[in-house]
Amino acid sequence: MTALTQTNPAGQLNRYPPGDLAIWIFILAELAVFAIFFATYAFTRMNNVELFNQFQQHLDRDAALINTLALITSSYFVVRAVAAIREGASQICVRWLLAALGMGVLFLAVKSAEYGHHFSAGINLSTNSFYMFYLSLTFFHFMHVIMGMVILAAVALKARRGGYSIEDHTGVETGASYWHMVDLVWLILFPLVYVMH
Amino acid sequence: MQYQSQAVAKPYFIAAIGLFVLQILFGLIMGLQYVVGDFLFPEIPFNVARMVHTNALIIWLLMGFMGAAYYLVPEESETELFSPRLALVTFWVFLAAAVLTVAGYLLVPYATLAELTGNHLLPTMGREFLEQPTITKIGIVVVALAFIFNVGMTVLKGRKTAINLVLLLGLVGLAVLFLFSFYNPTNLVLDKYYWWWVVHLWVEGVWELILGAILAFVLIKVTGVDREVIEKWLYIIIAMALISGIIGTGHHYFWIGVPEYWQWWGSIFSALEPLPFFMMTVFAFNMVNRRRRNHPNRAAVLWALGTAVMAFLGAGVWGFLHTLSPVNYYTHGTQITAAHGHMSFYGAYVMIVLTIISYAMPLLRGRKVAASNKSQVLEMWSFWLMTVAMVFITFFLTAAGILQVHMQRVMDKPLPFMYVQDQIALFYWLREGAGLVFLIGLIVYIASFFIGNNEPEAEVVPST
Repeated sequence: MTALTQTNPAGQLNRYPPGDLAIWIFILAELAVFAIFFATYAFTRMNNVELFNQFQQHLDRDAALINTLALITSSYFVVRAVAAIREGASQICVRWLLAALGMGVLFLAVKSAEYGHHFSAGINLSTNSFYMFYLSLTFFHFMHVIMGMVILAAVALKARRGGYSIEDHTGVETGASYWHMVDLVWLILFPLVYVMH
Repeated sequence: MQYQSQAVAKPYFIAAIGLFVLQILFGLIMGLQYVVGDFLFPEIPFNVARMVHTNALIIWLLMGFMGAAYYLVPEESETELFSPRLALVTFWVFLAAAVLTVAGYLLVPYATLAELTGNHLLPTMGREFLEQPTITKIGIVVVALAFIFNVGMTVLKGRKTAINLVLLLGLVGLAVLFLFSFYNPTNLVLDKYYWWWVVHLWVEGVWELILGAILAFVLIKVTGVDREVIEKWLYIIIAMALISGIIGTGHHYFWIGVPEYWQWWGSIFSALEPLPFFMMTVFAFNMVNRRRRNHPNRAAVLWALGTAVMAFLGAGVWGFLHTLSPVNYYTHGTQITAAHGHMSFYGAYVMIVLTIISYAMPLLRGRKVAASNKSQVLEMWSFWLMTVAMVFITFFLTAAGILQVHMQRVMDKPLPFMYVQDQIALFYWLREGAGLVFLIGLIVYIASFFIGNNEPEAEVVPST
């Protein structure tokens, strides 16, 4: 609980976990939500294997692959942003964060196109269990990408003002930790929903 | 008390406690009617007693929230309240509306009340918890707007803190969602669908923000832990409360005629609703353990910790008990629901209002920091009497509920409703007994405001 009770933690260069401990509690809670969602998906699929396999074929796996690459790349950019601020290079940190945000925009665009395709085909939450899960899970994740982008944007703004330094850059690590969580969840979601059958 | 205008909180708190007494008396009347069906019939029929019991609760909690806001917003904003006079005017309007409404419930048949108040012009009456005449509802909206204007202007001209912003967000949400009580479609499914936007999104959405903000305020005051630390927790807790609570509305949408996906959404998201309450418990104990001072108002600390524990048990655990759709298939609308309702309302909202009253009232009454030791001892007795009584009420209703579900819905040859009610009467008697203990606790609570006033203020007991 040190990070939660200290307002200005010292010696944070090699602190573990990186970022504010509060974000880790939040990340754990978020992971719990997704874990329950994934488990429910798995159990429902177990009872409807054929249905799930059949409709999984209708998903655009290429789009999902592009999105997977976009998120992994964005995570790399975020890592570079953290590395930059650890050396005190605020403006370089901002640039890497903007690059990560760009990847986030790409993700949202590709995903929106996918949704547009589904909705124009008349698919909705009541079509069948597979689509119910597919739409719910991906949309819930979609909202998290937006949330992550808001956090990264806030961090980038503060970094541009020179709000972080070698000694104090907890905020950057905090934002980065959250973004990696968003990425991690997609790395489970992608094979689970799009690929596995 | 740092600002003169904080004094307007006092009448709100007193009225809240008055309506609390009314609520408990009618609870006891209803509790007895469960087993002695014609008790006080035809003067006070069961449905009327129930309306008074639930409506009085809602109104006194709102009174408490408003009092809390008028107390803590000036202190947080570090400025006087925008308009203390407006706060007093709205207090009297609100109290008059509440008293007239309850009198209406008690003096004339409900259908006549509907006629008298012109319900046909804009029909909003006749729905559980939203039974108030349309004109009362309009009054509530006017009071809420004046209140939010007053508090909002104070926040705008003063210091903006996380506690103020979260509280304000909760209060605005409360007012906006109440507007759905005016939407009364003839389609029953749509009616229920939006009815929950008031009922659920209040208690499992925006009210949690209010609860979190008040708890954070009191914890800052009594523990002296850094504001930054407490605000961080507050943000995480409310974020979790909203993530789980908003879509968690789905746990009311099982089998009422809405699309099937709500079974999944409702089950998954509401399964997570205990999380923010659990965090709140960890948060409260953590802050008190790391306190930088021993506050002389030990009663307030006790209420704060009690809120965190009982909210988790009542809202979190007892809510989870019947929130998954396969479970709710059996428990829907049984005494299990009543058990959850009692402990969650008490644990989360009654206790948080009593927490802020416990903290603020001695200051509003001219004490420097805390009431006398004697008053506090009485107050702490009332804490334990009421809390333990509520735990027993919950246990007895849970037992009644389990039996009811089994006999009425699980057995090979399910038994009729009224027959089952007779079978579980023992638990209703026990519940009534626990209710009497609760009333004793409430009397002790009120006595704590009158006894020990001549004694010196409690001082810090050095920790051992």
